[in-house]
Amino acid sequence: MVNKTTEMKSMTIERTRASGSFVKAVAAVVWKDLRAEFRSRELFSAMLVFSLLIILIFNFALELDIKARQSVTAGVLWATFAFAGTLGLNRSMAIEKDRGCLDGLLLAPVDRSAIYFGKVISNLAFMLIVEIIVLPIYSVLYTVNLFQPGLLLVVLLGSIGYVSVGTLLAAMSVQTRTRDILLPILLFPVVIPVLLAAVKASSGFLTGAEFADILLPINLLIAYDIIFIAVAFMVFDAVVEE
Amino acid sequence: MESKPLALKILDTVSILLLGIATYLALVYAPTELVMGDVQRVFYFHIGTAWTALLGFILAAVFSVIYLVTKDLKWDRLQVAAIEVSLIFFLITIVLGSIWARPAWNTWWTWDPRLTTAAITELIYIAYFMLRQGIDDPEKRARFGAVYALVGGLSAPITFFAIRLFRTIHPVVISGSNAAAQGSFHMTPRMLTAFFFALFAFTVIFIDLFWNRIRLGDLQEKVEQLKLKVTI
Repeated sequence: MVNKTTEMKSMTIERTRASGSFVKAVAAVVWKDLRAEFRSRELFSAMLVFSLLIILIFNFALELDIKARQSVTAGVLWATFAFAGTLGLNRSMAIEKDRGCLDGLLLAPVDRSAIYFGKVISNLAFMLIVEIIVLPIYSVLYTVNLFQPGLLLVVLLGSIGYVSVGTLLAAMSVQTRTRDILLPILLFPVVIPVLLAAVKASSGFLTGAEFADILLPINLLIAYDIIFIAVAFMVFDAVVEE
Repeated sequence: MESKPLALKILDTVSILLLGIATYLALVYAPTELVMGDVQRVFYFHIGTAWTALLGFILAAVFSVIYLVTKDLKWDRLQVAAIEVSLIFFLITIVLGSIWARPAWNTWWTWDPRLTTAAITELIYIAYFMLRQGIDDPEKRARFGAVYALVGGLSAPITFFAIRLFRTIHPVVISGSNAAAQGSFHMTPRMLTAFFFALFAFTVIFIDLFWNRIRLGDLQEKVEQLKLKVTI
């Protein structure tokens, strides 16, 4: 009896230690990415300037006068995030591949999914930082208030879905011959549910629709996030294995 | 080189015969629909190809899971075969649907859930082949292909339900009713015969093409191995 309890105790301790080391491994990958980015600022500045340029292009392409703005703001925002996002995802994975960093990461005695979650969190951080800067600039340029808690929630949920699939697909596309052009081709058709739901929910918040109408796309975003994080978690091993 | 197995030869012949009979049933035997006229006859092949294409895509997602678990390249060849045949069948479905939609809906294309999902599905599986083309190592190609086919196979139905949040005008002929649908009709017994025969014929044709494509994949594999031997 005594033996059993001590055995169980040691098992729980081991389990907490294992989960602790998993969190530590994830944090280490995130820390490494954020630190490298903080020193070089390559990715962040490219994504930010690129998104501002896209907004500029939309301004001329769609002639965003006051009437047009109301109906297309959500669409312009999400198209901007989607395009800037592929730039970031591509770069963040290409750095790992080019300098043999990925091999080093894979040699580390941690669960491979820790690497996946680490990359997802750091990519998400870059994307959110860019979005947090783009939103006020867009607000100022077009005099619409984009700082609504509901809209920020949609931005967060949409970005999670986009990045969770994007990180998995970027890990594949950087290992192919046509890597730079392949990621958007792989990514866009499978994240259409995210963009669709995000645009619908965002424009709902912007036009002041009833919350019951907005709930449906938000639920869809949550469902998509959960499904694809789970799938990516399960198959990531197959993507990085040598 | 081994010759084609006899069963496959027989299946080839049966497929051609079935295609001929299905064409006869659709074009001659089935009565002309009152409102839409002859263009409605497109429907029999439209559903036949759509059903088999979807079957192939679902099979491909199942093969993905089996491959990722077993890592046996045989399942990869089955997956490629299923997706390749389905991709062409689905393209036929879209083109036939477009031909029907021009007189029935007065437009070649609308952004209806089914049409949009069909277009996106085609793009997903074209991307699948572009991904495979960029990888030389057959084992890695199989792994990446399986992962992408799984992600795509999960995303396509979600896209469909997501777009369904909007209203649809696509008719649902087989079951259910949709007040907003345009161009729906009821089938007479003769139409039903032609319809079910087309479903059956296209299923057999799909199996035949699928089998032929698997055989081709096996032969390709052999050629690749022989080439390797020669270079060594």
